[in-house]
Amino acid sequence: MTEIALILLSAVLVNNFVLTKFLGICPFLGTSSKVETAVGMSFAVMFVMTLASTASWLVQQYVLIPLQLEYLQTIFFILIIASLVQFIEMMIHKTSPVLYQGLGIFLPLITTNCAVLGVAILNVQQEQTFLTSALYGFGAAVGFALVLILFAGLRERIEVSPVPELFKGSPLALITAGMMSLAFMGFSGLVKI
Amino acid sequence: MTGLLYALASFGAFALVSGIILAIAQKVFHIDGDPMVDKIDALLPQTQCGQCGYPGCKPYSEAVASSQAEVNHCVPGGERVMLQIADLMGVEPKELEAEAAAPMLAFVREDECIGCTLCIKACPVDAIIGAPKQYHTVVADHCTGCTLCVEPCPVDCIDMLVKPELIEHWSWPLPETKRAQQGHERRDHHASHA
Repeated sequence: MTEIALILLSAVLVNNFVLTKFLGICPFLGTSSKVETAVGMSFAVMFVMTLASTASWLVQQYVLIPLQLEYLQTIFFILIIASLVQFIEMMIHKTSPVLYQGLGIFLPLITTNCAVLGVAILNVQQEQTFLTSALYGFGAAVGFALVLILFAGLRERIEVSPVPELFKGSPLALITAGMMSLAFMGFSGLVKI
Repeated sequence: MTGLLYALASFGAFALVSGIILAIAQKVFHIDGDPMVDKIDALLPQTQCGQCGYPGCKPYSEAVASSQAEVNHCVPGGERVMLQIADLMGVEPKELEAEAAAPMLAFVREDECIGCTLCIKACPVDAIIGAPKQYHTVVADHCTGCTLCVEPCPVDCIDMLVKPELIEHWSWPLPETKRAQQGHERRDHHASHA
């Protein structure tokens, strides 16, 4: 039980994928202009990341290791992630066309979100079990969702405040992201895994 | 050699399985056309007036859904519809065009009207009443100011007037909040120093 809590805490706060590992920055900046879009993106990434980390663990253990094909790891994982993203794209287009419109190009770009491939490869490198790799994937996605939604909220407030012309838009967004990253460094002493 | 065969076979099999799953998902989640078109079409006033530059409300909603048209072209819908569409599309609201800001109204000069009924057929919202060989007149409450009746009139007896503001529709202007005022002052301050 403690181990589960530690893995989640480590993935969500201490080793946050966006703010301490600097993975998945593109959707972090791209889909954070509105909180609604950020929430939609978070759920899509959560779905893809959790399933991708479990599916890639299964493929690694039951296909690649028995056949001694570990060198095909990357291409197999990319295939898994691309299929999952295609699947969720169809699902969102059917169930919520407004969200589909809001996410736009960033939805198919989850395929190239390095955080998704990163969590799959880190799971293999750290020799996690099935349960812990699923948890690690889920925790990483929750961490991504947390900072994305926080950042979108900050950007919405900045949008309506009187900001010097020079800093409007992207410059201030980048400064805000940097400050959030500094704040998240404070978690680094919390646990060591 | 067998290693290479295994690699090819396993990767091929895996790709095939994911392909089949995606093909099934495509069938399950199949959609006809773009659902955004229907959502935008439902917001539009359905006057088919063509003032947006498209032949009707449906073609305009198609153009908006595919991002070919701006959200601010619907004149009868005014600012309310523009804000709703902008919210739905997730884009920034745009000012309505200046000429559309003053609502217009069609007016039939009755002593010149010959009762030809051509304008009645042209009116998309059935706001013109009258019968053959009788004077026609415009129901001001229903007229959207689309100007479609002006063209068919053989004696040019239809004028477009600026819609008078009715006392029932008048309201006090919204108060400027303190916060907005401070923002304005600060911006003016910055501008004067720049």
